[in-house]
Amino acid sequence: MGRKLLLEHVNKPGIQGLEGYRANGGYRSVEKALKTMGPEAVLEEVKKSGLRGRGGAGFPTGLKWSFMAKPPGIPRYLVVNADESEPGTFKDRYLMERIPHMLVEGMITSSFALGANTSFIYIRGEYFYVSRILERAIEEARAAGWLGKNILGSGFDHDIHVHVGAGAYICGEETALLESLEGKRGNPRIKPPFPAVKGLYECPTVVNNVETIAAVVPIVNDGGEEYAKIGIGKSTGTKLISAGGNIKRPGVYEIELGVSCEEFLNSDEWCGGVEGRALKAVIPGGSSVPIIPAELYFKTAKFETRLMTYESLSDGGFATGTMLGSGGFYAYNDAQCIVRSTWNHSRFYRHESCGQCSPCREGTGWMEKILYRLEHGQGRTADIDLLWDIQRRIEGNTICPLGDAAAWPVASAIRHFRDEFEYHATHPTKVKDPKHFEKEPFRRVAKAVV
Amino acid sequence: MGATLKAVTTTEGTPPFSFSAEGLAECQRIIARYPEGRSKSALLPILHIAQAENDGWLSVNAMDAVAQVLGIQHIEVYEVASFYSMYNLHPVGKHLLEVCHTSPCMIRGSDDIVAYLEKKLNIHVGETTKDGMFTLKTVECLGSCGTAPMLQCGAKYHENLTPDKVDALIESLRNQPRNNYTDR
Repeated sequence: MGRKLLLEHVNKPGIQGLEGYRANGGYRSVEKALKTMGPEAVLEEVKKSGLRGRGGAGFPTGLKWSFMAKPPGIPRYLVVNADESEPGTFKDRYLMERIPHMLVEGMITSSFALGANTSFIYIRGEYFYVSRILERAIEEARAAGWLGKNILGSGFDHDIHVHVGAGAYICGEETALLESLEGKRGNPRIKPPFPAVKGLYECPTVVNNVETIAAVVPIVNDGGEEYAKIGIGKSTGTKLISAGGNIKRPGVYEIELGVSCEEFLNSDEWCGGVEGRALKAVIPGGSSVPIIPAELYFKTAKFETRLMTYESLSDGGFATGTMLGSGGFYAYNDAQCIVRSTWNHSRFYRHESCGQCSPCREGTGWMEKILYRLEHGQGRTADIDLLWDIQRRIEGNTICPLGDAAAWPVASAIRHFRDEFEYHATHPTKVKDPKHFEKEPFRRVAKAVV
Repeated sequence: MGATLKAVTTTEGTPPFSFSAEGLAECQRIIARYPEGRSKSALLPILHIAQAENDGWLSVNAMDAVAQVLGIQHIEVYEVASFYSMYNLHPVGKHLLEVCHTSPCMIRGSDDIVAYLEKKLNIHVGETTKDGMFTLKTVECLGSCGTAPMLQCGAKYHENLTPDKVDALIESLRNQPRNNYTDR
């Protein structure tokens, strides 16, 4: 059993309420930070911990915090990104639903370090019922004096508000999120200026993922060095992985970074193995990260054991690796069709493109249409190169990373499963049955990738 | 077969709209969260209230009322309402069934659930039943991949769906009042 820092008490009775949370050591980090540490010391511990943004980008949290501008007389904000919309990802929902006070606690401690007197939770509209749970937790915390004026006699004032979105994946991008929080369309901003300089209401703002802020609690309680002892290299601490797809035990698991990929998939502690049939492919970090075939999931191209860390999963670059991303893990068994899945992904990105940048607005639609026709037996072999060409022209040519996120699933699917795309172009009658690989899996030939 | 959903961009033939007293009080509570001069921040949450009080959709009248509450231009409301997928710019049935069909759900059989619902309700995706009881939509990832296939109806997630569960849900909804996202 690995150590659990976030979900240790998840099944304790009453943990959703303040009393139960306090009984299990809740709000200790606020006491410690406000009474004995001071803002700079909290920042130091976060830096020492090596904590990296858990929303998907993996940017060092301490470094992000240190960019916060501090012009005198101007308010600063902490905004928690609870817009969790990356396909495959449902860890933040789990955390907020089960232990809402952990997010509240992390927000108070983090805001103290950042000098923010107001913070917001931007939660996706579909999680309306979760927003009610958070509002209740905030009310409880306020009534008990953990929020409000002069918390614990420290002179630090803080309040938290929950802001509900309305259905837009793009609002998980931090500047689109801020636009949305200001009551506008979720169009990402051009950077610089970065939010740390000009964010919400043009004020210095830090935007962090739910899990990142929750992780500040054990970091402050036990010290950054203690946190950094868990994990391997620059992948320190624990990570929530939301596991789905064709596995026996879907759910949210907290792993110590560094667990082997094979163990994560096959151990009964976690995924419990592949459901029904043989493993075909894995997307380990949400739909935006490259899909990799089974053999590259277990071993890197250098035949080293692949580990659940930022570095190991991306070993080999995009030619043979992928990314840890948000921890939205899903596995495909060999009844699944990669072309159908890629079409599904492209439809998602076409739907979610904000429309600002032409390569993304137009490109995602073109890719969806071409993938539709391939999947429905109306495609031709030349479509594969056409898709490759389109995704290549989207990547890196847009204001925000949604363009890259739309391009990578297509590129990786063609890179690793080109023969399956060719099969679709050459076997139109066979693929017209939507479950064409259910009876007989597609026999792909594993090959070295250049 | 049912009626297709189409955005209504005129006030013609749509009923007038005004917030209820409770709705208006809730709007004021929401506006108070944001700093002075930043009340436009309340636009998204207030649109949710308007939609809940307007039979689950945003008519032009409802959007204009929101603009009035916030003291902003009508166009500022329209451009936002048309951006976000949870705002319905067309009338919907009493119960809006939103089935997630993104890849993690697809792997676990969301296509079969959609097909089952289409057959059961005798409508296509994007249509409302003739009796105005159900609207069927497919939506993108709802963050419920570990409990797929699933659908959302109002604030509630209905997870690990099977045809039997769908049958039971449809029967129980027939006698329920409208479910809204804002339900507590």
